[in-house]
This record gives sequence, C-alpha cells and structure tokens, in this order.
Amino acid sequence: MMHGLFHLIWIEIKVFFREPMGAFGTVIAPVLILVLFGSIGNAVGPRAQAAASNFFKVNVPVFVAILIALNAVVSLVSIMSIYRESGILKRLSTTPLRPHTILTAHVIVKLLLTSATLGLTFMFASGSLLTDSAIPLGRFTLAMLIATASILSIGFVIASIVPTARFAQPITSILLYPMIAVSGLFVPMTAFSPSFRPIARALPLTPAVSLLQGIWKGNPWSMHLGDIGALALVFVICTLLSAKIFRWE
Amino acid sequence: MNGTRSGRAVIEVSGVRKTYRSVVAVDDVSFEVRDGEIFGLIGPNGAGKTTTMECVEGLRTPDRGRISVLGLDPVRDLYALRNRMGVQLQEAHLQKRIKVWEAVHLWASLYRKPPSDGDRILEQLGLVDKRNAWFIKLSGGQKQRLFIALALINDPEVVFLDELTTGLDPQARRAIWELVRGIRERGKTVFLTTHLMEEAERLCDRVAIIDHGRIIDIDTPEALVNKYCPERTVVLFTDDPGAEVLFRAMPRVADVTARDGRFTIRGNGEDLVTSVVWCLSENRIRVSDFRTILPNLEDVFIKVTGHSIRD
Repeated sequence: MMHGLFHLIWIEIKVFFREPMGAFGTVIAPVLILVLFGSIGNAVGPRAQAAASNFFKVNVPVFVAILIALNAVVSLVSIMSIYRESGILKRLSTTPLRPHTILTAHVIVKLLLTSATLGLTFMFASGSLLTDSAIPLGRFTLAMLIATASILSIGFVIASIVPTARFAQPITSILLYPMIAVSGLFVPMTAFSPSFRPIARALPLTPAVSLLQGIWKGNPWSMHLGDIGALALVFVICTLLSAKIFRWE
Repeated sequence: MNGTRSGRAVIEVSGVRKTYRSVVAVDDVSFEVRDGEIFGLIGPNGAGKTTTMECVEGLRTPDRGRISVLGLDPVRDLYALRNRMGVQLQEAHLQKRIKVWEAVHLWASLYRKPPSDGDRILEQLGLVDKRNAWFIKLSGGQKQRLFIALALINDPEVVFLDELTTGLDPQARRAIWELVRGIRERGKTVFLTTHLMEEAERLCDRVAIIDHGRIIDIDTPEALVNKYCPERTVVLFTDDPGAEVLFRAMPRVADVTARDGRFTIRGNGEDLVTSVVWCLSENRIRVSDFRTILPNLEDVFIKVTGHSIRD
C-alpha cells in the first residue's frame, strides 16, 4: 500500500535542505522571531504588568508556534504546486505510487521539520523565555504536532487543486493568516460580537490556539478534549476531501 | 532487423475517441502493438499522438472505444498495469536537487516486484559518472537517458516513449536510438511517438501515421514507402551520345531529363534501379557518377496528408 513511503520521505528531506533559502525560511526564521521577542520581553519584563507578562510568557510562544505551523502549510502547498506544474507529479503518476502515499510522505516531512524547528526554538529561547521550568515541553510538542497536522490537512485541500505555483502561496496565505486575528490569540473570544463568535470558533486555528495556550500554561489534556476533537474533525474532513479531488496534473 | 513479428498483441486499441471540451483530439483510433516490436505513432505536433499514448497508459480516460494493455484495462486495472509498464513522458521533470542515483533508488522502491539492478541500468545508459549529479545539472541528453532508466527500472514488459529525442542534438539522438534497440533486444515491446520521420524509419518495425486525430495507415516503413511512393529516381553522368535513346526505351521509365551529360531517370517500382544498371552494362555505357534517390517516410507523409509534417 505504501510502497516507497520511506524513500520518498528521506529524499524530500534531503532535497529540502539542499535548497538553502527554503531551509532558512522554515527552520531559522521562527527561531529568530522568538529570540527577538524574547529579548524584548526580558527587557520590559521586570517592570511589566501582569497582562503584558502573560502576553510575552504565553501568547508570544504560541504565536511563534502558529507561525511555524502555517509556514509548514505554505511550504507544503507550494512544493506540491511546483511538483504538479513542472510535471513531477505526472511522472510519479505513471508508477504504482498512490496519491495518499505522496501526501503522507510530505506531511511526515513537514511534521519532522516542525518538531526540529520547535526543538531549535526551545534551545535558543531557553535563556530568555523558558526560565519557567514548569512549561511541559514534551506535551507542548505533541500538541503542536496535533495542531500542525490538522492545519496541514487544510493545506492538502489547497495543494490538491491549486493549478500553479504562482497562486499557491498567496491563496494559502490569504486563507490562513487572517485566521490568526480571530483565533483568540490577540483578542479574546469574548470581545467578538455574539453573532461572530460561532464563526471564529469554527475556524480551525481557534482550537489550535486554545490547545497550545492551555498546554503551554500547564493544563492537563482532559481540559482540551474539545479542541483536539475539533482539530481531528478538520483533519478527517480535509483528508477525505483531498483524496477525492487530488489532481496529478 | 526483426521486421514484423507475428507475435500476440500486447496493446489493442479500438475505436478510441477523446475530446477536450469541444475539440476532438483523437477520433476512431484503432491499432495493435505486437509482442517484441518497436511500434511508432508518427505525425506532426498536435496530431493526437500524446493523447492516444496517454489513453493507453491510463493517464486519460477515452470518451469512447476499448483499450487493452497486456490483457488489462488501463483504467480499471490501473495499478496492476503500472507495475508492468515503463513510461517516459514528453515533458517531465524531477526534483531539481535530486541526485541521479537517488532518483533511480526512489523509483525502484515504488514498484511491487523486485526491481532491476539500478546501478546496472545506469551503467548501460552511460550515467555512472553522473550518479551523484543533481537533476538540474544534467544536459538534455543525460536527462532523457535518466528518464529512460526510470522507465526501465521495474523491468517492464511494455515501454512507452513519448517524443524521446525531441530537443536533442543528432549525436545524442543516435545514442538514444541505440538504447531503444537494446530495449527491444531484451524482449520488451516498445510503443513510441515521434514527429521525426528519420527516427521512425530507423527505429520502428511498424508505424501508424496519425493526422488530425485519425489514423491514416499502419504498416512497416518500407511497405508504406512502396505503397504510397513507388517512384524511384536514378541520377547519373555520362558523355555517351547514344545513352538518352537507350534510357527512354527502358521499361518502367516514366521520364528522362538530360542536361550537360547529367541524366535524371524517373520511374516506378523497385526494379527501376536494376533496369538502369542492366542497360548500362549491356550497352557498355561509361558513367562518371551514379546515385539513386529513394522516397522516405517524409514523402509518404506529404503524400497521404497533403501537407508537410512541419506545417
């Protein structure tokens, strides 16, 4: 069923790191952003009020985590559209390789890179932000992988149909980045009008943010079953949909 | 060399029609490809060659008609078939920074049956010293050889080659032809498309001429030439004053033109050349030059379609 999966994963990782700009943008940039915010946070930290402190201690790391996840999605979509446009997918389609094997390989590659980025970020940020040893890094990484997989599945749907590489990146950005604004990260849900709240809740970044914030603060999994359920639902729907609409060329 | 083998049909296509919106790409196309032959679909760009081939490969679904490859249906038995066929597409790319050996190993891992020895295939295709080169660093001929290697990696029973020497220089082209003959020697069936008549003539056991989406005729290149272009021309130089009368009296001669000792003798049928040689010998006519002009597939194409293949 999954012939070639491991080869495909390994090749994609190698090819990814041979493209220096891609590697920089995906892995290094988020680390720099966090370190930068971290040092600002530290500078204002001692004098900051509780709210500002919460912003730097919880929202900034979660924001960076969300950026890492969205980076993975944008990168997945543009790789798939480049592969489709240049005929790599068409060439693969003459082999017994199945669409879900290709998508699975790319998702695993993205999750591996996401974990690596997160690991690097923790390492570099440990001096400034992560002085609080109560932060459960292992659980946060797992929460991050759940959130990323779910957002990536939205990426598959886009990646399955976007005709050209030129459209792929802007379409993905336009669809995903505005979701950050209403995800509850910067503006609490209660600030939205009651009629808009269900819409904000239905967007997949909202449970992702809620899960990441909670786990970062040390909440147990049991408090976030609803978020995980919502993310799983998005994943299942989008995966089924993309398997249906996937196009080789 | 092998001529037509009367082997079983490996590919059977009957009454295939494919339209893209309102454009009819191919219509009522029927032919069969026999076991162990090199079969060429020849015609100008846009004639429907690639569409026909992609229907046979299962990449496209025909609107009408039946196709069978190795006894399987390319749409229904898609995955079973893909394990047994090798494909080179007209325009293909790989990841820019994938190395030659990585591509070969990746492709080998995609097939169910134990693959051929990738390193041996690279050696046969002269790519050993490019094993570690990135795909983007390869020349056109090297890329094409790599795609042939990938098409052979699963030891396929039938190999599809779509315009495989387009864009290559004559030397690289000849090298590729040699490789394709090698594929046939290993007992595989080759189905190719080309708009290069010389390629078809040098390589194919049988060809189907396609124009505007319809098959015009199918046969060996020699048989097509004899059927549509039986004219033969002999050009010779002699200062023998009695020659012209003798030439005109020969059988099968349709026309003789003479100018400053240069004679152009036109006639029909393969026996024309023999007649001229006999005539020269019997009458002890001394010639300072002698050559024959034979029609080729290009002439056949113009004859049957009414236009040049490059139009």
